[in-house]
Amino acid sequence: MIDILEKKIGHLTAEFPPLTEFFSDYGITFNDLHATLGETLEGLAEEHYEDMGIDREKLLENLDGFLQRVTLSEIAEAPTVSEITIIGGHDKNGHPEEIELTLLRGSVTSIVGPTGSGKSRLLADIEWMAQNDTPTGRTIRVNGQKPDPELRFSLEYKLVAQLSQNMNFVMDTTVAEFVFMHAESRMISAIDTLVADIIAQANLLAGEPFTAQTPVTALSGGQSRALMIADTAFLSSSPVVLIDEIENAGIDRKKALSLLVRKEKIVLMATHDPILALMAERRLIIKNGGIQKIVTTTSREKENLIKLEEIDNKFLALRTRLRSGEMLEEL
Amino acid sequence: MKLVTISGPPSSGKTAVLVNVIKSIKNSGLHAGAVKYDCLATDDDALFRSLGIPVQTGLSGNLCPDHYFVSNIEECLKWGISLNLDLLVSESAGLCNRCSPHIKGVLAVCVIDNLMGVTTPKKIGPMLKFADIVVITKGDIVSQAEREVFAFQVRRANAKAKIMHVNGITGQGASELTSLFLQAPETETLDGGILRFSMPAALCSYCLGETKIGMEHQLGNVKRIKIKQEQP
Repeated sequence: MIDILEKKIGHLTAEFPPLTEFFSDYGITFNDLHATLGETLEGLAEEHYEDMGIDREKLLENLDGFLQRVTLSEIAEAPTVSEITIIGGHDKNGHPEEIELTLLRGSVTSIVGPTGSGKSRLLADIEWMAQNDTPTGRTIRVNGQKPDPELRFSLEYKLVAQLSQNMNFVMDTTVAEFVFMHAESRMISAIDTLVADIIAQANLLAGEPFTAQTPVTALSGGQSRALMIADTAFLSSSPVVLIDEIENAGIDRKKALSLLVRKEKIVLMATHDPILALMAERRLIIKNGGIQKIVTTTSREKENLIKLEEIDNKFLALRTRLRSGEMLEEL
Repeated sequence: MKLVTISGPPSSGKTAVLVNVIKSIKNSGLHAGAVKYDCLATDDDALFRSLGIPVQTGLSGNLCPDHYFVSNIEECLKWGISLNLDLLVSESAGLCNRCSPHIKGVLAVCVIDNLMGVTTPKKIGPMLKFADIVVITKGDIVSQAEREVFAFQVRRANAKAKIMHVNGITGQGASELTSLFLQAPETETLDGGILRFSMPAALCSYCLGETKIGMEHQLGNVKRIKIKQEQP
């Protein structure tokens, strides 16, 4: 940390370009590139710090944290997740939940159960890496081991990424700017090709095409969902992806799931849609706050999935006809 | 008694988060109380009271809410101790983003929401930058990417704080936040306590009730805007 204070501004900003932006957050612009960082910070009036609402010590602390992220040391320290194990606790009445469930990368599990049955609690337990310290008494193991409690607060180590029905884009940017901003926050290099990949993938999932220049707020429901899924598959650091229903319109659900599986995500899907539920290898049945049963999708069910998809396709074809102005007198 | 100060921009979800925390504290058999600081009016005292906990309300009126808070927090602490509470939460609205309600040695929490836009964290002063825990709300209505970018921006503004996502409506994350509240240090007195950062400065003629505009009416701590000449 002391070393960096002795470096010249010109060298620093050449070495770590994001530093210029970091300091501009604090209203600091560099005029003298030959001065050291220490001298520049010393040279700021006390008034400047007061106006910014930060003192020199805290600023250096934030700089240190920022540099650690730039150099990706946080990621290097965190172990990669290859599997997550849920060890049962108890339901709302205190009945023991006798399960030990291991979720592997690239697997799809659906979660079914009425509203309020405890689906979000299960996800919260995974996200918090519960150690018998949540209302359900569940324990989560990562790679078969008790995770370091400090990882609960690490941004790079967030276990769960969430995609839900009522999520929207609130930023006022184009698709490309949006994905770029996300990639930048992950400190990823070769951003441009990645952005192009993500947009191409999202277009494969979406029924109607969109471009890099489309504003995110102008995307349709299906397009938004497609972009969110492609972006999460490529850019989210979280190994677990929770999907809260994918609506049947404007997005190819099968391709969406297979993209996430290809990207080695552990997919959990809360759904009441029989097609989605049967696409998963197994489903968790949640009742009264506990996992009541784990059902493996049978081969009979897989056969029925094909039939269900046929019905679904028929229905979609009717939608398309309706949209193009046709009459539906003949089905 | 444990004291926790909670602050955050208006409508960021402070009260919703606290309601969920208080419910889970009650479930663990402990006694909590709340102090709500606001500016002109508040209904939140009724909300807290409906949870069956003791509440105090302080309205700052035409004073800077931050200054009002620091002049009254000690009384509130004494009140909480006299009731034998285990935990007292003090909620204050950060109205100007330069608010600085955090006290050294007292657990400091800042609540902000995902809808404020990704550039917001850098615009918030000591309320966010000097907090021990930053709670981010309304994550259920924005995309995963925006949540990640927003949390990253919070990290840039405060490298050491614990960042938590709490859903004020469903309560997801609240029991985890509660476990952090219960690790807060004990506060027996605030006499001689020190703010983590100075509060916004004031004391000019307008503080004292001046309403006329013009140079000759400006006295005291006055700051001038720097008008930049744009090159054509």
